[in-house]
Amino acid sequence: MQIFVNRKPFELDAAATLADALALARAQPPFAAALNLQFVPKAHYAETPLKAGDHIEIIAPITGG
Amino acid sequence: MNDTRNPAPLVLYGETFQSRLMLGTARYPSPSVMEAALLRAKPAMVTASLRRQGAVSPEASNGFWELLKKLAIPVLPNTAGCHSVQEVITTAQMAREVFATDWIKLELIGDDYTLQPDTLQLPEVAAYLIKDGFKVLPYCTEDLVLCRKLVDVGCQAVMPWAAPIGTGKGPINPYAMQALRERLDVPMIVDAGLGLPSHACQVMEWGFDGVLLNTAVALAQDPVRMAGAFADAVQAGRDAREAGAMTAQEAAQPSTPVLGTPFWHQEH
Repeated sequence: MQIFVNRKPFELDAAATLADALALARAQPPFAAALNLQFVPKAHYAETPLKAGDHIEIIAPITGG
Repeated sequence: MNDTRNPAPLVLYGETFQSRLMLGTARYPSPSVMEAALLRAKPAMVTASLRRQGAVSPEASNGFWELLKKLAIPVLPNTAGCHSVQEVITTAQMAREVFATDWIKLELIGDDYTLQPDTLQLPEVAAYLIKDGFKVLPYCTEDLVLCRKLVDVGCQAVMPWAAPIGTGKGPINPYAMQALRERLDVPMIVDAGLGLPSHACQVMEWGFDGVLLNTAVALAQDPVRMAGAFADAVQAGRDAREAGAMTAQEAAQPSTPVLGTPFWHQEH
């Protein structure tokens, strides 16, 4: 199935979880993740199933005002 | 700062801060200049943000992360760039996990050109975040009724702008800001629009409890020196407020005693 990580398309097995997607997209700590605009705590990555068309955001700390 | 110099420190959500200046971390010429500026100003908190991984280089992101850990200044994450209630909520929750803090600078933009906050939706999202356990510092306008509603939903402090973000214009609506200060008895941090230390000193003299700024320091020709100038100005304004200013007079009054003035003649 196709999912999107930070707007880029990725192919994953139908049984893939959020943890699989984050590994495929090479998320590097420190980061946090959201699935379809909903925050997902780190402890839930491996038990969060995905479906085709899901949008994942991986965010990292940057400078800000 | 010792107790003699700062007898009444800033208290936000029950936490005490020895400085009344908060600084942003963006737009500095280099990380080393930012570090020196922060060390010079010793701010109560520094703001930080979140962006998509990959949007900035891993080196820059990691370098900033390591610097934050090294400086050990409390971090105030922001929700900059969010245009909807859900974006704010999700960004705040991600920030809480990444930065390991309940503090959040609530930014909900209502107009891209002026970066004016969405004043109609701010109370709703502030209420949600407070129920979710956040210590919310909402970036808002100087509108009294808005600020009162933010307090009503549980904000223990508000952060009215002085002018649009990054303009450096200083307080563009002094009457409304002073009226807000007089009418609302919660800590108020002036956030955004300050360009000069005199602006910071002015709002502190009006009785505001602190100042949050970024661009005025980061884009100064010497950010380190300007950081110190702002820290001194904030303290000077606070001291002046606490000291109580004299009442302005229309007529001149000699400050030197007149009695015994040499060469003085009655007909003068």
